[in-house]
Amino acid sequence: MAQPTISTVAAPETPAPRPAGSKSAQKRRNRYVIAPLVLIGVNVVLFLVFFVWPGALGMLYSFTDYRGIGKLHFIGLANFQKLFADGSFYAALGRTFVYTILSVPLVYACSLGVAALLVSRAVRGRTAAKIVIFLPWLISPIVVGVIWKWLFGQDFGFVNFVISTLGGNPLPWSSNGDLALAVVIFASAWGGTAFNMLLFIAALKNIPEALLEAAELDGANAWQRFRHVTLPGIAPTSFMVILLSTIHAMKEFAMIQALTGGGPGTQNTLIVQYIYKTGFEQSKVGYASAASMVLMAVLLAIALIQLRFNRKKG
Amino acid sequence: MTTAANLPPAAAQPAPNVERAPGKASRARHGAPGNRELRAKVSVPLTVLMWVIAAVYAFPLLWFILSSFKPGSELFSYPLSMLPREWTFQGFVDAWERVNFAQYFLNTATVAIATTVLTVFFSACTGYALAKYNNKGTRLFFVCILATTMLPTEVILNPTFSVIRDLGLYNSLAGIIVPSVLTATGVFMFRQFFLTVPDDLLHSARIDGAGELAIFFRIMLPLSKPILFTLAIFSFQWRWNDYIWPLIVLNDPKWYTLQVALRSIVGAENIDWPVLLGASVISLLPLVLIFFVFQKYVLNADVSAGLKD
Repeated sequence: MAQPTISTVAAPETPAPRPAGSKSAQKRRNRYVIAPLVLIGVNVVLFLVFFVWPGALGMLYSFTDYRGIGKLHFIGLANFQKLFADGSFYAALGRTFVYTILSVPLVYACSLGVAALLVSRAVRGRTAAKIVIFLPWLISPIVVGVIWKWLFGQDFGFVNFVISTLGGNPLPWSSNGDLALAVVIFASAWGGTAFNMLLFIAALKNIPEALLEAAELDGANAWQRFRHVTLPGIAPTSFMVILLSTIHAMKEFAMIQALTGGGPGTQNTLIVQYIYKTGFEQSKVGYASAASMVLMAVLLAIALIQLRFNRKKG
Repeated sequence: MTTAANLPPAAAQPAPNVERAPGKASRARHGAPGNRELRAKVSVPLTVLMWVIAAVYAFPLLWFILSSFKPGSELFSYPLSMLPREWTFQGFVDAWERVNFAQYFLNTATVAIATTVLTVFFSACTGYALAKYNNKGTRLFFVCILATTMLPTEVILNPTFSVIRDLGLYNSLAGIIVPSVLTATGVFMFRQFFLTVPDDLLHSARIDGAGELAIFFRIMLPLSKPILFTLAIFSFQWRWNDYIWPLIVLNDPKWYTLQVALRSIVGAENIDWPVLLGASVISLLPLVLIFFVFQKYVLNADVSAGLKD
């Protein structure tokens, strides 16, 4: 086992005849500085190259009228001024907020509800049910989009077929903006349940049985037990699920690309799609970067607000 | 977890039991007989509810898969039927041959496998360093990694593209692989795991004269095998299903991954549904296969471990 020489990978050891004190000091340095540096080295480089660099570059671009080629030409805050007067930017941002506000609670309720049923001993066949409900996790956002497009197709979908068979009028799932958004929200809940459900299952299993039984002995009914024992017990997980789902919803892109393409028209174009369209399809790189900076600020603000909220409660 | 910590030791005792044992073990631990009777009574409606929900979740996928076996003429002919009247594999064959799907499949597999191997290895290294070496550098890097979860690639599409282009990675599979190696979740999963490994193990190995990296490779890495598998499956899923990186990095259709190819079929003016259905179902197969072989590493994994802080 003992292989003292291996530490030379980190730093070549100095020739043997040296005072013992300095040698052990260097060894300690190997231990506590060089070894971890070697271990995190690659990821530090990746962090700098693919996170810090593009982040800084994006900030730089947002003050220029860069169009993808040529030199950077600084135009100060013109991009931001134009952006804040741009109706389609507000439309995209507003639609993103609507989508987030509707889809996050739905994802939260679905995952918590399913998780609660899956840890309840009164339910039979939990393992099989868990696998079934987990399956959507395997499916890519693009294919989730395709699946729901197929299900809710306006002229050929199963849902409209059922509605018309039952004597109703088929609903315009793709030509009505609000209905199209509803389909997107259903699809996001369907695809987002699985992973959050796992988080909740782990959290629910950690709630001490004794607490629930004590509450039951004291006469608390199922809802009271859930409200006053379970919910506080899983608060950290709830916080995490809400934070992650919110960020996820704010940057929703692939699923909508496949499901509606932002349609009908540009009614359901969300903010990342807006950035992609202006930045790549119209190559207004500077302008799109300004929009990116706004989205970045919004995401940071959301994270900070939720962190503070969490601290206050905890 | 916080609740368990606040309890007197006697009450908290069953907690470790609950934490690790899924299903049967926790059922056996259950208390008073009167209580059990009570639970048995409510079991029917709750079980029915659970299975109705499961059916609702299963239906979109089931309908999709069954549709992919229908011939093109039957897809749109009312009344629709749940099972295909005539079973056919034509959609799959067309997808595989006409759309050059085999190539996309190979590209996606290359990206997913290469990235997964690199991600697992470097996440283990970084997670271990963050857990076992507490100095300014590692603490700072921990915060940096945390920041990446708040600022996803989607937010910096254009500058990321510029970086890829300037590095000469544009239009190559390496351009998807290299930037995807660093993932916060992977690092956090390993960090959380190594925090639970007692420091004594590290100290005694040091006293035995083992070098720092030897300790990591020979003792710590083998210990982390369960996390290794879990992250490998997660990473494979992320990469297989990724859309945004291939979208910005790839231009030449011969390098397309499945997701980009699928999007180009569904984004077309007239969607070729038989091909799209077949292609989509084919794209699901590898993950479904992997999931059923390794499901315990996903379903029983304490996924919250990696994300908790």
